[in-house]
Amino acid sequence: MFKKFTREDVHSRSKVKSSIQRTLKAKLVKQYPKIEDAIDELIPKKSQIELIKCEDKIQLYSVDGEVLFFQKFDELIPSLKLVHKFPEAYPTVQVDRGAIKFVLSGANIMCPGLTSAGADLPPAPGYEKGTIVVINAENKENALAIGELMMGTEEIKSVNKGHSIELIHHLGDPLWNFSVE
Amino acid sequence: MLREVIYCGICSYPPEYCEFSGKLKRCKVWLSENHADLYAKLYGTDDNTQEVEAVTNKLAESSIGEAREEKLEKDLLKIQKKQENREQRELAKKLSSKVIIKREARTKRKFIVAISGLEVFDIDMKKLAKTFASRFATGCSVSKNAEKKEEVVIQGDVMDEVETYIHSLLEEKGLKDVKVETIDAKKKKKPAAEGAAK
Repeated sequence: MFKKFTREDVHSRSKVKSSIQRTLKAKLVKQYPKIEDAIDELIPKKSQIELIKCEDKIQLYSVDGEVLFFQKFDELIPSLKLVHKFPEAYPTVQVDRGAIKFVLSGANIMCPGLTSAGADLPPAPGYEKGTIVVINAENKENALAIGELMMGTEEIKSVNKGHSIELIHHLGDPLWNFSVE
Repeated sequence: MLREVIYCGICSYPPEYCEFSGKLKRCKVWLSENHADLYAKLYGTDDNTQEVEAVTNKLAESSIGEAREEKLEKDLLKIQKKQENREQRELAKKLSSKVIIKREARTKRKFIVAISGLEVFDIDMKKLAKTFASRFATGCSVSKNAEKKEEVVIQGDVMDEVETYIHSLLEEKGLKDVKVETIDAKKKKKPAAEGAAK
């Protein structure tokens, strides 16, 4: 999604009304229930969310000059900076060490990278197809990417072949390096 | 409640991912200077013996097997080398290029100062133009010159001030040895170039 993304792709920037800010926060909590404990720290009541509309109908939401989450269609997707601050709230999978290199250059994640010994998938029933997952790596503390499941986690375990996660956002991609100012 | 994650000042990743960024050497230096405790945790202390230990530990922790780990390590080294080469080339390019500050006469006592050759140094031209405009209280803009390259044009005779400012700007970036050339295009149409070193 952010393979190519520069300042030229930004169409408009506007401040979000406080009423809309409230609904946004409610939506975020609805999507990631566990985030509720930290939401007021992540987005303080007094803070000003800024909406940045970009090419391809991508919308970024930033607080204090830091992009916290973004949205392409209906779903809000946290940025890695947000994930690093409060990692517990999102569905998470883990890839093995061999995969890190490829993920950091933006490759989709293949099934074997999620099923090998160093990797970790949640136990059954797992997550459904289409879930936004945070991708962690073996022996690492922080997440390195965010993606969307192209098949359910149970299916990944049984098929174990081909693409399994479509990468949305990873460390070092243009969004990661994007600064609002 | 919230976690504070430290990001590497060189590659911007969390330090544990520095090894994949291809800038590991500089990352290590940065980390040891800024967050010594983290450095010790990730890379062990300076002694060689401990480094070896760290490597073996890493191997033990890693699940992908020694052969694959070795291959990975090799690939990472390759990336690192590539990156280093690229950086060196860029630096050489930066050092060999020069900044040109040119004063041109317009009408009688009016001058414009044009600065070109900045694009190599990752300087935001628009921002620079803005700072000049507010600093000298003049009009200042970015435009394309005859060679289709961007230059900053300042309305007003402020060449000397601009020169000192550019010097300080370059020094900030650690590029003290970059040549800054000033050209004074007098009305006589006989450009008297002052060869300004450093």
